[in-house]
Amino acid sequence: MHSRIDIIFTLIILANLLLLSSSRLGTCINVAAIQGLLLAVLTLATRTDEPLIQTSILILSTIVLKSIVFPQLLQRAIRDSETRREMRPYVGYAQSIVVGMVVLALSLWLGSKLPLPNPTISPLALPVALFTILVGLFLIVSRRKAVSQVLGYLVMENGIYVFGVTMVHESTLFVELGVLLDVFVGVFIMGIMIFHISREFDHLDVDRLSTLKD
Amino acid sequence: MILVLLLMPILAGMVAFFIKSDKIRRGLLLTTAFLHLGLTTTFWSHRPGPLFDNWLSLDAPGLLFLSITSFLFGVAAVYGVGYLIREESTPGAHSDEGSFFPNTAESVFTGCLLIFLATMTLVPMSQHLGLLWVAIESTTLASAPLIYFHRHHQSLEATWKYLLICSVGIALALLGNFCIAVAASHNADQPTTSLLLSSLVTQAKHLEIPWLKAGFLCLLVGYGTKMGLAPLHTWLPDAHSESPSVVSALLSGALLNCAFLAILRAQQICLAAGLADFGRNLLIGFGLISMVCAAVFILEQADYKRMLAYSSVEHMGILSLGVGLGGGAVFGSMFHAINHSASKAMLFLVAGNLLTVFKSKSVNDVRGALRVVPVSAALWVVGLFAITGFPPFGTFLSEFIILKGALAEGRYGVAVIYLATLAVIFAGMSSIMLKMAQSNTAPVLGSAHGVQRESFWSIAPPAVLGMVVLLLGVHLPTAIDQVLHEAAMTVGGSS
Repeated sequence: MHSRIDIIFTLIILANLLLLSSSRLGTCINVAAIQGLLLAVLTLATRTDEPLIQTSILILSTIVLKSIVFPQLLQRAIRDSETRREMRPYVGYAQSIVVGMVVLALSLWLGSKLPLPNPTISPLALPVALFTILVGLFLIVSRRKAVSQVLGYLVMENGIYVFGVTMVHESTLFVELGVLLDVFVGVFIMGIMIFHISREFDHLDVDRLSTLKD
Repeated sequence: MILVLLLMPILAGMVAFFIKSDKIRRGLLLTTAFLHLGLTTTFWSHRPGPLFDNWLSLDAPGLLFLSITSFLFGVAAVYGVGYLIREESTPGAHSDEGSFFPNTAESVFTGCLLIFLATMTLVPMSQHLGLLWVAIESTTLASAPLIYFHRHHQSLEATWKYLLICSVGIALALLGNFCIAVAASHNADQPTTSLLLSSLVTQAKHLEIPWLKAGFLCLLVGYGTKMGLAPLHTWLPDAHSESPSVVSALLSGALLNCAFLAILRAQQICLAAGLADFGRNLLIGFGLISMVCAAVFILEQADYKRMLAYSSVEHMGILSLGVGLGGGAVFGSMFHAINHSASKAMLFLVAGNLLTVFKSKSVNDVRGALRVVPVSAALWVVGLFAITGFPPFGTFLSEFIILKGALAEGRYGVAVIYLATLAVIFAGMSSIMLKMAQSNTAPVLGSAHGVQRESFWSIAPPAVLGMVVLLLGVHLPTAIDQVLHEAAMTVGGSS
């Protein structure tokens, strides 16, 4: 049981490292889509004690949103604005990987500190969730393109999802769907904003959005 | 009844997207706003019962913040209609861009405004932490298009920062929710599975402490971002200064309170679990940092809407400080929420009037306002005294109660910093705002201005708000007093 779930966790960690090391935005978006798919599999593997309909609705909406709709939206954004690569990130790719390793170690250490709610959960669950959240945050602050920031936000949401689906049992479908809906609308509006940014500025470099300051 | 209050603005908002006639749409906005206000007022005599297994219910803090929101929206709707009429004849007249740019379609603006009202109605009613999260995130989403009403570079930049920073912050709050759920599931013999506030509070003794602490921290940082507590406030001055003034008034007066309420809910659980000091010290810390940070940026501020935005950071700091101090200060904090909302909304609306005439947000471009727009400028000066806590305004009373609370708790250091920052901010704001109203040098821009005719739509709403702050300072009605005490009791206030 654990070994199967641990394979999923390992794949999620690998996806995170890929996200940190790749400069091609298209690849990054695909990796995030695969990560979304992994989340769906994770839901299937952990939520065995709940009504089937509830689980399947959740899994279905996760797959549709995280691995089809969001990637499509972002792919379209980079196509329209003709941004293929993250050119000069604030933190280089080699350094990003090093940061990723440090963050992974930190998450493993932190995960061992907090008491798990029940022993049946894989000990990897908490570290993986924390690692994914921190990688998402790191992507937001270390990348220049608006698309990369949205991607970072999505990865962070994925991390929180891992946390929720593994640690919190008996949560309410209604709230989970509400969360997904909010994230969806959020990404949708961010997509519209990216469209406006590329039209107004002819680029997607967020660091040049800097006229407002004290 | 709660459901009606919630569904009405949603429906009206959706309909507004499709109405072609400007007149009908504006009528719809006003009607919905006043129906909402009327319905909310009836809740004061007859509190509506809970709905959906207690997921939606209106307790004292909820009623307080719902009423603030509803009242501000009513006033803002009146101002907004006047604003939309002016924008129609001279698009972009409210900005210092100096060039023509399109506005977002009015139907989209009105629709988003109404849906924004609906989401802000849901926040104070939510008794379930998950639902509360969904509601707060949707306030961000509904208000983002409002900030981008004037389609130019600065507002785009402000909207992007607002959307991204707040979404990330609120994502942390979601993590906080999960942490609290984990804390609750530890209790082996009676696992609390739901994130209902009432059940969390009654079961609080059984919550796992480390997880609860982690959860509270995440919630505080997450919702604190949305509330504009320093150092998480970076989006706030941009968003509040770039959005149309009527939206700024709602963002500052109503939306920040919603996030504050969410933090109060978290503190409520902390108190019940016996972690009162943990939560209080954090709230005091964030409160003081916000006040000091605001004071630094208000001094010598060159943009008067940014100055107002920083003043919001200051007042959010005061609110958080008051709750952190506990005892009598909590009552002061609740009272201050009303006063701040009314006076800050008043100032933003007047700032909108000044912006229309002087076409600049720069302090240096606005001179001799008293001669050009006498009524607005007079309101501007009144607003200055209201926001800086001069007697006899309500703000003086509430700030004084918080000071008294600090001294009663023996926190003399806190009291000193509190008074010092209030003094600095008073000096900073009055030197900026009085210069704008009085100075005799001819206005740099548009020196041809004679005395301008000021329309009823732009004068009456801020005047009403100013009157409310004044009246609250002179006499606090017993009904309000009771609800304030009841609200203060839920977050550890003494009666």
